[in-house]
Amino acid sequence: MALMRASSPHARSGDSTSKVMLQVAAATIPGVLALVLYFGIGVLVNIALCTVTAVACEAAVMKLRNRPIGFYLKDYSAFVTALLLGIALPPYCAWWLPVVGTASAMVLAKHLYGGMGYNPFNPAMVGYVVLLISFPVDMTRWVGPAEIIAGAPSLGEAFGLIFGFGNYSVDGFTRATPLEIVRLNESVLLSQLYEMEPVLNKGAVAGFGWETANFGFLVGGLFLLFRRIITWHAPVAMLATLALMSLLFYDSGSSLSEGSPTLHLFSGATMLGAFFIITDPISGATSNRGRLIFGAGVGLLTYIIRAWGTYPDAVAFAVLLMNFAAPTIDNYTLPRTYGHKAARRATDLEER
Amino acid sequence: MAPYGEISRNGLWNNNPALVQLLGLCPLLAVTGTVVNAIGLGLATIGVLTCSNLAVSLVRRQMPDTVRLPASVMIIATFVTCAELLMKAFTYELYLVLGIFIPLIVTNCAILGRADAFASKNPVLPSLVDGFMMGLGFTAVLIVIGAVREILGQGTLFADMDLLLGPVAKDWAIPVLGGDYPGFLVAVLPPGAFLVAGLLIAAKNAIDAGIERRRSQQVKIVPGSKRVRVTGKIS
Repeated sequence: MALMRASSPHARSGDSTSKVMLQVAAATIPGVLALVLYFGIGVLVNIALCTVTAVACEAAVMKLRNRPIGFYLKDYSAFVTALLLGIALPPYCAWWLPVVGTASAMVLAKHLYGGMGYNPFNPAMVGYVVLLISFPVDMTRWVGPAEIIAGAPSLGEAFGLIFGFGNYSVDGFTRATPLEIVRLNESVLLSQLYEMEPVLNKGAVAGFGWETANFGFLVGGLFLLFRRIITWHAPVAMLATLALMSLLFYDSGSSLSEGSPTLHLFSGATMLGAFFIITDPISGATSNRGRLIFGAGVGLLTYIIRAWGTYPDAVAFAVLLMNFAAPTIDNYTLPRTYGHKAARRATDLEER
Repeated sequence: MAPYGEISRNGLWNNNPALVQLLGLCPLLAVTGTVVNAIGLGLATIGVLTCSNLAVSLVRRQMPDTVRLPASVMIIATFVTCAELLMKAFTYELYLVLGIFIPLIVTNCAILGRADAFASKNPVLPSLVDGFMMGLGFTAVLIVIGAVREILGQGTLFADMDLLLGPVAKDWAIPVLGGDYPGFLVAVLPPGAFLVAGLLIAAKNAIDAGIERRRSQQVKIVPGSKRVRVTGKIS
């Protein structure tokens, strides 16, 4: 049923959920291209496996809940969740990792809480964290960039690794990621480390391959900003906090340094997180001030866990922790409404 | 004649301590990683719950209302100490595995809850049955959660049963999901316990709703025929 809005010249953008979702998906293209270029087709296989599982789960849950299946599949939100999770997973991981992760994301994180628009946690990050704490070994084996490991796995090798036939071992292709290298280093100066490690000395600022992928996601994020699908607040706050923290603890590149700001900004999942994950309108903060706090929190937690935690990257944990805090942030950052004096708290309104 | 059937139904299903009252969640979530842990703690809980209900019911007329709770806790603590010493004597390995959660049975709200809500107001025999049935309901939930988490987390069922039953049960472990199952660690970790417990509660509610629906759809069949009264006084 179409609701007619007769009075007032309401501005209509013509944006529907599906259009927004498709633009978000399109914005990941530069980053995904860079990942495929450096890490091979494993990335695309992950995305494909995640997408198939996500659509199947979405359809199954909608069927169980007696909702129109086609209507909900057409908003592409399941596809975007699958896409983000597929990007985050290590390429050439066994096929059941994307399947289990996506199923957890869709069923546990999204639909058990009521589906699209009701999930307090970012589904893609829940799926990622479930996998990371369940299968830490498989989830922290990243293949090295193709030029460093003498060629990415061939098509046959790739499918052998993913579906477990043939006698392929992913260990032959894996290399430590730049963040892991810097974190585990305790003996040499950072400048020496950059000379020793091919991943670092082939790259310009933050590791060969990694920096390009992050740059790709930055470009995609700027496209989303330009299209006004996201606002600048959360990404800028996150990146600024991360840069500030890494500057504070840079330690001028000693052996105990936690890494330079450029390493933290352009390695790991930083840019993907900043523009595609924490800008999620459902699980993030709602007001612009709230987004600033939310983004800063994610940046701070990301740095803390990266520098002093046990996991090599931390965006997923940081996002989930701040998802917990988002309702409280919203409560204290209610915008001032026109005609009222000061901004109020949502809980004050409820008590009256 | 006390309604033993109703007491049993309440303990096992309608008022299940774990699924409906949501009491005793700490042990429920902490020690249900495997079936053997679940059975071990479940048996201890049944024993303590039955005995404490019996004892509280015996002294219910002597207990002043003001010190009702401390007295109940003392009684429960006594039986928990007995259970702990018994487990130490007969199933020492399991005692080591369960660790702090055996003494913590004292703080299991399900036990104090039954002592206060039922045993302190009812005669001895119904209290005994209530304690046993509540314990059985709690244990059943523990075992189901333990089984699900063990299958998902380790791919086995009934692993390490010899901790509880001695060497006879050494080979009872069934590799349900095959020998090279990688292990879904999240099921073993605390989040897995919350997830499985939540899904069990959902399943129970779904079953109840299904029963309710079927009952309301059933047409009441009145035996014999009745004439429709068209004249006279309509009552």
